[in-house]
Amino acid sequence: MTESPASLLLVLAVLLPFTGVIIGLLLGGRHVRTVALTTVALGLAVIIGIVWHALDTSTAMEYVLGGWSPPLGIRLRADGLSVLMLLAVAVVISLVSVYAHADFAPHDSGKETRAPPVFWLMLLAIWGSLNLVFVSGDLFTLYVALELLTFAGVPLVALDGRGETLRAALRYLLFALLGSLLYLLGAVLLYGAYGTLDIQLLAQMVRPEALSWAALALMTVGLLAKTALFPLHIWLPPAHAGAPAAASALLSALVVKGSWFLVLRLWLDVMPNVVTLSAAQLLAALGAVAIIVGNIVALGQVRLKLLIAYSTVAQIGYLFLMFPLVFGLAFAGLDSTQAVAGGMLQTISHALAKAAMFLAAGLIYLTLGHDRISDLRGVAQALPMTVTAFALAGASLIGLPPSGGFLAKWLLLSAALESGQWWWGAVMLLGGLLTSVYVFIIVVRSLAPAEAGWMPKTCVPQYQQMAVLALALSAFLLGLAALSPVDLVQLGRTPLSLLRGTP
Amino acid sequence: MNTAMLFGLCASMLIGLGLYGLLTHPHPLRKILALNVIGSGIFLLFGAVALRGAAAGMNADPVPQALLITGIVVAFSASALAVALLLRLFEVTGDVSLANDDPATHKDTSKDRPHD
Repeated sequence: MTESPASLLLVLAVLLPFTGVIIGLLLGGRHVRTVALTTVALGLAVIIGIVWHALDTSTAMEYVLGGWSPPLGIRLRADGLSVLMLLAVAVVISLVSVYAHADFAPHDSGKETRAPPVFWLMLLAIWGSLNLVFVSGDLFTLYVALELLTFAGVPLVALDGRGETLRAALRYLLFALLGSLLYLLGAVLLYGAYGTLDIQLLAQMVRPEALSWAALALMTVGLLAKTALFPLHIWLPPAHAGAPAAASALLSALVVKGSWFLVLRLWLDVMPNVVTLSAAQLLAALGAVAIIVGNIVALGQVRLKLLIAYSTVAQIGYLFLMFPLVFGLAFAGLDSTQAVAGGMLQTISHALAKAAMFLAAGLIYLTLGHDRISDLRGVAQALPMTVTAFALAGASLIGLPPSGGFLAKWLLLSAALESGQWWWGAVMLLGGLLTSVYVFIIVVRSLAPAEAGWMPKTCVPQYQQMAVLALALSAFLLGLAALSPVDLVQLGRTPLSLLRGTP
Repeated sequence: MNTAMLFGLCASMLIGLGLYGLLTHPHPLRKILALNVIGSGIFLLFGAVALRGAAAGMNADPVPQALLITGIVVAFSASALAVALLLRLFEVTGDVSLANDDPATHKDTSKDRPHD
């Protein structure tokens, strides 16, 4: 918890992407892609520096802006959860940028030149705001970060400017605005009661009383609307499926994780002694319905991108199963770190796998000229690497070993059994089964031989396929993290059971 | 009833009215306005909180006021973005309905729409 010069890296992680946005905006047009790619490379180096420092010192990094300490000042803080999310997001952003290099090249013809610069600027803005979400130490900065994330996500939805994507973007924006207003209302109530919004100070002061429950409920519901947890998911499929492949990958893999991370922060770090087990059960019940409904609706989809979007609805459900497991273990006086690690792994492996899937769907669309699931013949012939990547990403979503999804579900399952909540384990297994059905359908259909004389519509560059494969491989091999000697998740964090005192 | 209390009650009414408007009006412009009403309610509540938390010799707690200004800027940008999207939607489709894309009731503007 010491403030060293290395802590400046936290400031850089937030400032660098936004500096890139401003420089890109000033230089404009043709230079935006170069600026964005340079910023991504520099930003990746900063994130690697942060991870290196975290592993080296095994403490949380902290930076007090301008030397003003809370409650008046603003504190940036990166504990184990933040460092993991920073790293995962940096990997996805970098590989998506590699993929998008060709799709969003500056046009020579002068027509339709708006989409590429907007894509690159919004990619950087999403990165900067996500990093701010991960390192913010107070609830109001988090509100601003969330709003920035929405403002960066909405243009990506409407990137191609068609009527239906504009409608999807507007609907997304309205949901997100209501969500952030509810969050802000909760934050105002907390400030009124406790006089601070700093997470660490608040965690010490907050008492289980009506006002804290109201604030927690308001903030959680607001964040659920942004995360698209069932039944607030209706904006997600059209928004995520209508965007270009690289934008869908960013939205589905990363943007929804920002508000989810904030729910995690609120429940585990700000108000662990306000949360009741039945509230956590309710959250997971919504998650369970999301898993079942999302997967079943996904099975009925005609188009590949919509299927992947509904699969996101289902996978978001998994992210909320961890809450009753964590609190069930903590209430029983047991170690809850395994459940937290399982939830984190689930979100990271989903980020990697879902980005790979959307990008693969983009390449399939380019090759076939459509993405109807009933007619995927010949894809494996034209894009062997991409179909492999799709299968590997699917294996991670299903939870086959040694994928990240497998390890995540394994940790969550054992937490479910240990805390005596076998029903959440049953939901996870059923969800895995449903997921495997649609992944197999797609892989089998794309392995079918093409008609004689069929030619791919477009020849896809090799490096785009490599980027997709790299994402899928990282999701697939993430399960090997179990072998890692360092426990990054708990870095700089107090075990939850200790915070509560008595069970 | 003191001033802070009065402001707090007005704020809750604004938030309730806005929420009602957001849920009942189908027109997106009205929804954007309703969100602004909710926002104003929250800002007023923040003002009431500042008034109540005033230290001795001060008129009000300055921290909420500083946060309020940021909040207003954010809300302003949000409204601008929403209205811009709405205008663009009207330009492209000639319609501002947010209803689900049903080819039977709305003009079909794209060719590869899902048939489900």
